[in-house]
Amino acid sequence: MFAAVAGCATSAPDAVLPYRVDGDAIRERLAAAPGDAARGKAVVVSRDSNCLLCHAVPDSGVRFMGNVGPSLEGVGAQLTEGQLRLRIVDSMRLNRETKMPSYYRVDELNRVAEAWRGQPVLTAQQVEDTVAYLLTLR
Amino acid sequence: MKSGIEFVSDDLRKLQADDFANPGMLWVARGEKIWGEAAGNGGKSCAACHGVAAKSMQGVAARYPRVDPGAARLVNLEGRINLCRDRKQQAQPLGPESDELLALTAYVAHQSRGVPVSVTLDMQNRKDFERGRELYNRRIGQMNLACTHCHDRSWGKKLAAETVSQGHGNAFPAYRLEWQSVGSLQRRIRACFYGLRAEMPPYGAQELLDLELYLAWRAGGLPVETPGVRR
Repeated sequence: MFAAVAGCATSAPDAVLPYRVDGDAIRERLAAAPGDAARGKAVVVSRDSNCLLCHAVPDSGVRFMGNVGPSLEGVGAQLTEGQLRLRIVDSMRLNRETKMPSYYRVDELNRVAEAWRGQPVLTAQQVEDTVAYLLTLR
Repeated sequence: MKSGIEFVSDDLRKLQADDFANPGMLWVARGEKIWGEAAGNGGKSCAACHGVAAKSMQGVAARYPRVDPGAARLVNLEGRINLCRDRKQQAQPLGPESDELLALTAYVAHQSRGVPVSVTLDMQNRKDFERGRELYNRRIGQMNLACTHCHDRSWGKKLAAETVSQGHGNAFPAYRLEWQSVGSLQRRIRACFYGLRAEMPPYGAQELLDLELYLAWRAGGLPVETPGVRR
């Protein structure tokens, strides 16, 4: 087991708050409010998150979903809340070669376009909402 | 190794294969016209020096990008055409993605249709090549992915409605449905940068040329398809 604190942004200090990694999970919530599964579904389905470019989810109402990444059907039974959180926040911590983008990270990125620079893909609350939604996929 | 044509629908495959239906052929036809027209203070046409393109240009595009001896730098086909305009025609360069430049490039590249892509690596282009390979493998943008993550490790899979290709440029300039136009390989590469939420290099940037060289090396042996048809 290891523990680490990460998430110091240089350009936008508040964009990503520190969090603690325990093993393969982030056990504590990133945001004060608990995640909301309905809002999380909206995040996953939204084009801005890019989730469905690579993943499929059941009953999304979306016609075209990718399979570059695994289907998310049943993921809520396979992974714990903390494991899901770390996989969304920064999957590279588990696998340096992963194709899964780090959704809550602003440092050590290359040539990010100005419109996105210093911002994570998802806010802390959006990460929590997404985790809550994925936990319903059992 | 698979050309991008193997990842498109039957309809698009048929469209590309039929010269009377392939919309890219409109650009080729326009390029043929420009080839014969005198331009600039030099008052020369392409044909004045190069004669019949079907002969003089056959196989040329398959060897680009390459280092131009006079300019002593890596140029792609578009860049080479503009060098001719400068040196021989004494004309203003054609703008990136201008209809004229796309037409002329498509026309010249079309003369190599079926010829295997074949760039030679040597001391002159080695550094360009290495930089191109490095960029191809470097994670970029907010999505933090490199070219290799999709085009080497995920080809054949679905990215939303699209099938991920191996990222070969042998059909370019190509007509894309998304553009409703012919566009250059650099335009296509920039679209990937945009999708990754990465800063896009400007047209003609050294890093795009480097990447084009690496891609051409990587596509070695695939036939030139210009004008290709893609989604």
